Amino acid sequence: MAETALTTPGQSPVRTAGLKGVAADWSSDQRAFKNVSWGKAMMWIFLLSDTFIFSCFLLSYMTARMSTTVPWPNPSEVFALTIGGQHIPLILIAIMTFVLISSSGTMAMAVNFGYRRDRVKTAVLMLVTAALGATFVGMQAFEWTKLIQEGVRPWENPWGAAQFGSSFFMITGFHGTHVTIGVIFLIAIARKVWRGDFDVERRGFFTSRKGNYEIVEITGLYWHFVDLVWVFIFAFFYLW
Amino acid sequence: MVDVPYEATVDVPPAEVAEVELYHPKSWWTQYVFSQDAKVIAIQYSLTATAIGLVALVLSWLMRLQLGFPGTFSFIDASQYLQFITMHGMIMVIYLLTALFLGGFGNYLIPLMVGARDMVFPYVNMLSYWVYLLAVIVLASTFFVPGGPTGAGWTLYPPQAILSGTPGQDWGIILMLSSLILFIIGFTMGGLNYVVTVLQARTRGMTLMRLPLTVWGIFTATIMALLAFPALFVASVMMLFDRLLGTSFFMPALVEMGQQMKYGGGSPILFQHLFWFFGHPEVYIVALPAFGIVSDLISTHARKNIFGYRMMVWAIVAIGALSFIVWAHHMYVSGMHPHFGFFFATTTLIIAIPTAIKVYNWVLTLWRGDIHLTVPMLFALGFIITFVNGGLTGLFLGNVVVDVPLSDTMFVVAHFHMVMGVAPIMVVLGAIYHWYPKVTGRMLDDWMGKFHFWVTFLGAYLIFFPMHYLGLLGVPRRYHDIGEAAFITPSVHTLNAFMSVVALIVGLAQMVFLFNLVWSYFKGRPSGGNPWRATTLEWQTPETPPGHGNWGKELPVVYRWAYDYSVPGAKEDFIPQNQPPTTRAIQGAAT
Repeated sequence: MAETALTTPGQSPVRTAGLKGVAADWSSDQRAFKNVSWGKAMMWIFLLSDTFIFSCFLLSYMTARMSTTVPWPNPSEVFALTIGGQHIPLILIAIMTFVLISSSGTMAMAVNFGYRRDRVKTAVLMLVTAALGATFVGMQAFEWTKLIQEGVRPWENPWGAAQFGSSFFMITGFHGTHVTIGVIFLIAIARKVWRGDFDVERRGFFTSRKGNYEIVEITGLYWHFVDLVWVFIFAFFYLW
Repeated sequence: MVDVPYEATVDVPPAEVAEVELYHPKSWWTQYVFSQDAKVIAIQYSLTATAIGLVALVLSWLMRLQLGFPGTFSFIDASQYLQFITMHGMIMVIYLLTALFLGGFGNYLIPLMVGARDMVFPYVNMLSYWVYLLAVIVLASTFFVPGGPTGAGWTLYPPQAILSGTPGQDWGIILMLSSLILFIIGFTMGGLNYVVTVLQARTRGMTLMRLPLTVWGIFTATIMALLAFPALFVASVMMLFDRLLGTSFFMPALVEMGQQMKYGGGSPILFQHLFWFFGHPEVYIVALPAFGIVSDLISTHARKNIFGYRMMVWAIVAIGALSFIVWAHHMYVSGMHPHFGFFFATTTLIIAIPTAIKVYNWVLTLWRGDIHLTVPMLFALGFIITFVNGGLTGLFLGNVVVDVPLSDTMFVVAHFHMVMGVAPIMVVLGAIYHWYPKVTGRMLDDWMGKFHFWVTFLGAYLIFFPMHYLGLLGVPRRYHDIGEAAFITPSVHTLNAFMSVVALIVGLAQMVFLFNLVWSYFKGRPSGGNPWRATTLEWQTPETPPGHGNWGKELPVVYRWAYDYSVPGAKEDFIPQNQPPTTRAIQGAAT
């Protein structure tokens, strides 16, 4: 990770634009994606692979939902809350979605301040992102608890097709795990930023490599991906 | 045109990125055990894969003993037989071939062939091996748990995979699925490394179109694996939930032992789709590295450039892409709309085009080449013949109407053992004979190698050719004892006994190979750095075996493609990739 984006010693910065530029890059030596660091390339390819995992989960859920002969529980009703005497469908999910999308905003700001080498603001914004993420997971825990109390189990539920509970716990659980891992990474990286590891090029404990602020962006890629996946889960599971 | 003296700085672009400092081992542990060096990780992968592969080999002996001499070996009962086929298949396909080609050859060859010092993220690469080892341990542990390993067949089709009639329903299936999940996690960590190393960490002058085909094969297979394994991951997670939590993703309403089970509403076909969306690309995940490696073996040992390099590259990419839209040809008898059968049969047969391009190009590379019948070359030739044979029976099975009567017969077993069993193993063995000198600095013994080749090659045909005939008669696969039936002729029993004897002999020949590996490590003839006089970068390392960081002080600079063999006018019959041209032609400089 010592090599960074935008460092091309000795290389002329003039690159052909458009499709010709892509062809030129791919037929050149050393790197197919110019100005893309190893870490960033690796995260992108990982996300591509992870996309396939979530796609398979969602497609399997849709298959189950479309082929079941028993009625599918109505998500608007199941995920409704009564707040102050008002019966509001999907309110908790709406708040969760809002929280998660907001965290993408703070993450983007953190990346910006990272490249400006503003140590404190970067760390604070990353921690805010982590806090929003943790809030999301907390609300998900609340939602799980509520459904479990109402009798929803992976193998059955009071309202209809058993696959409702199975898919719900599996998909939101897998997504929640992703968010949790993201929160842990955010906190770990925020600590490094705060301590100034990337200003003094401190070496990693395991890898003995020098880190830099790009890791903020790479963590951000993962975070935005997790948010994007949630949008699909929201659309296909809750709104359908 | 005029020839002018060559200046390296003009034609080879300068380095784009600063060199990354490597992790330097501080103790024996970090040098040989928890090593972050791709070469050590490669050997760890290879040894682990070989060890678990030997277990699968022994299982195949036990199956052959039962099939050849039914009733003679009382210690193999029907349940155990099913457990043996399951473990044999799963180990061979995933834990041996996938791990060996990508984790073993990939780790060793990619950094050396692209001119890198190591994989881009050595620490993650190390984790990849240890998670793989954990997956293998979990898998092997199923032999010792109550109820033994699962007997669901390597395809693990539900609902039978998790019902009580199937052996290993207690622990076997749970551990098998867990092991698969671990394997996929471990593989992903390694796979990301291989892809990024090829894309972003090549040396100066190494363009994608100068890569040896070995790298192209492993690279494409790794991308495929990163996109195909997710389907298996998801299927494993869901089946694990069906088994442990009582969900009904794959389980329809069932009556078992007169009892209505609590399952209901799930789709077994969904599992088949997920499994084969992984399973068919998996065939090519194993085959593409073999294609790549065999191209390099043939070119090197026939002292001739590979015929149609660009076509070979595009054929690899095309096969990789097409293999994602053929999966349901494994499901013709599962019940689907005839139009889907038509679609999947068509796509399946279209794959024959890029595959045939490759086979023709191998043959045309051999044509009028200076063929050296070294052991790696013998295995490469064995591969081409075997692969063509196995591919031709694939044409039968790819067509719906022909596949339906042949489904679940020994014909299918013979087909895939030829095409994705014997053929890739031929390449694995040839590749080991080819690169062993680079790994150890000593040659493998030639006489033992030739003996090993001929017994393996001829033996494989003696085993699997009669099996096609059994399949055409209608002998079903996965049967513990086929017993007496009108369509089972006496020749079936004779042939079964014959095949079993041959299988034991072929298995024993592999012991000669293992002995050769050990013996040559200590007593083999010193090989020098480039015994095959090959052009690719791994043979040009300053040390053999290559040291930490591969290249000494300076990274190599690449000036040419990987196949400059027998170039007219050249001093030697090979020009290494890192040898600068002495002159270069400039258009329009003369007159």
